[in-house]
Amino acid sequence: MTMPLNQTLLARATAKLGPQVSLALGLLVLAILVAMPLLHLLPADHALHVSAYSLTLVGKILCYAIVALALDLVWGYAGMLSLGHGLFFALGGYAMGMYLMRQSAGDGLPAFMSFLAWTELPWYWYGTSNFLWALCLVVLAPGLLALVFGFFAFRSRIKGVYFSIMTQALTFAGMLLFFRNETGFGGNNGFTGFTRILGFDITAAGTRAALFIATVALLVGSLYLGFRLARSKFGRVLTALRDAENRLMFCGYDPRGYKLFIWVLSAVLCGLAGALYVPQVGIINPSEMAPTQSIEAAVWVALGGRGTLIGPLLGAGLVNGMKSWFTVAFPEYWLFALGALFIVVTLFLPRGVVGLLKKEKEQ
Amino acid sequence: MRAAPIPEAMLDAAAGVAGLALDTGKTVGKGVNVRHGTILTLEAINVSFDGFKALTDLTLYIGVGELRCIIGPNGAGKTTMMDVITGKTRPDNGVAYFGEQFDLTAMSEVQIAQAGIGRKFQKPTVFEALSVFENLELAQKTNKSVWASLRATLTGEQKDCIDEVLTTIRLDASRHRPAGLLSHGQKQFLEIGMLLMQEPHLLLLDEPVAGMTDAETEFTAELFKSLARKHSLMVVEHDMGFVGSIADHVTVLHQGSVLAEGSLEQVQNDERVIEVYLGR
Repeated sequence: MTMPLNQTLLARATAKLGPQVSLALGLLVLAILVAMPLLHLLPADHALHVSAYSLTLVGKILCYAIVALALDLVWGYAGMLSLGHGLFFALGGYAMGMYLMRQSAGDGLPAFMSFLAWTELPWYWYGTSNFLWALCLVVLAPGLLALVFGFFAFRSRIKGVYFSIMTQALTFAGMLLFFRNETGFGGNNGFTGFTRILGFDITAAGTRAALFIATVALLVGSLYLGFRLARSKFGRVLTALRDAENRLMFCGYDPRGYKLFIWVLSAVLCGLAGALYVPQVGIINPSEMAPTQSIEAAVWVALGGRGTLIGPLLGAGLVNGMKSWFTVAFPEYWLFALGALFIVVTLFLPRGVVGLLKKEKEQ
Repeated sequence: MRAAPIPEAMLDAAAGVAGLALDTGKTVGKGVNVRHGTILTLEAINVSFDGFKALTDLTLYIGVGELRCIIGPNGAGKTTMMDVITGKTRPDNGVAYFGEQFDLTAMSEVQIAQAGIGRKFQKPTVFEALSVFENLELAQKTNKSVWASLRATLTGEQKDCIDEVLTTIRLDASRHRPAGLLSHGQKQFLEIGMLLMQEPHLLLLDEPVAGMTDAETEFTAELFKSLARKHSLMVVEHDMGFVGSIADHVTVLHQGSVLAEGSLEQVQNDERVIEVYLGR
């Protein structure tokens, strides 16, 4: 749990010591994150060796952190609470999973299709043995779904709780669809048993390290993108949209384009995170689309602090760090702890952990 | 002064109102065709909500450069009329034109705003999380598409323009404060400033002096008088003192249509107006 710990330190320092120290701590965290996969390459009996378990766990949390950041862009900045971001994450994951299944199946059909006595691939599986096409799907599947959904939702001016409920319904519908064997995505078992990626053994230390580095790169890239957006006039328009949409319209801005842009961007980031999650964790199934997954993502953002960029990362780290510890130490109490956490955040930390730290600084 | 179709006499009058007047050169002249000297035409407008007639056969013209005050008791249809002009409410029938060529009944709120109608709400509405400066920046007349916003940087000229408005609305010292921390009156001024940044041809102001101190009200009257001639203003207000200090022309609305029109003195002496206001 290196990351959550370090991020707490980071935020604390941010609040008390100013931007230079926070930058230094940010770089320190980054250095640790880059060092982890390298240390994983050391022989297993070496004192500094990082186990595959720790590496995968942190890698998984980093993927969740990207989801939290993406959700914060639409919720914290543009004020649209999505309770369906798990769907976009899972779609990216499934797109990558299709490629991985084809890799492990070689020239034959993926195993689950053979069990169903299918003799040929469904049309949407064509080309998925090509890594580049799989990458396109990772972006296109969540991106196009978000585009179509967003286009109609924003055109009809669906906002607030209605928007949240619709996104929740969307991910639930997705889950039901993917549960069916006929859909062609392995039913409730989903995809697992991956062996190779780009010809490399997926469990090899080098592959794990490379995937981890790619995740760190995506996280840093998303953070940079978020930072640039938040600093741009576009970011200010989003904030204005969140606080007074009518005023913005009478200023001559069409909110639909702004909403659609950030919504699709957020979905694509989730898809990319999902695509990196699947090879590291080794499984993707429809439970990733369960409504609770998406709600949990909202908890990460709320806990860390909406409308800040570092907050969601902190929240994702803290909650998932706690979850890993709880599910080992007191497995049956985790959901109670999560519920309690959400109540505490709602009642006492409306601006999240980052908000609390900022407040301390102001006093 | 780019081809603004304003009669010479009015320009002279505008030049006469010195002091707070903004640079007339920034009033973009293109776009609105006002050949007949009428910036806003409302004819036989009807609006009903579930059988309740909010506007009945409302007919009203606003001339270019005019400062018109609209008064009327609660429920007279003042806000509904503004909603019709800004595209928020569609009339059941009737004609609503901005200049000669913009059919307001066929345009969206955003298109109407871009065509040059600015609106101040009854409750001051500013972007609370943004600074005063940023509020004005967003309101500034410029390309407001998504792509333009992603790449936008302020030019020196645009910054000067914002500074000028900041001075006009006397918020220079608060430029970096979040708008949410301003007083009620300051928010009113900020919203007026945002309208100015839009460089509209027609300003609709719904109760602009509500919640202002006497000094602020006086200042607002001065400001509006300096804005008229270059812009056309439609002010809805209950404060008769304020109306008397700014208006050359007053329209009284009652039950969704025009009851009387003329100078404040004229309408105040109008039998029907007295009846409506005093309930005799």
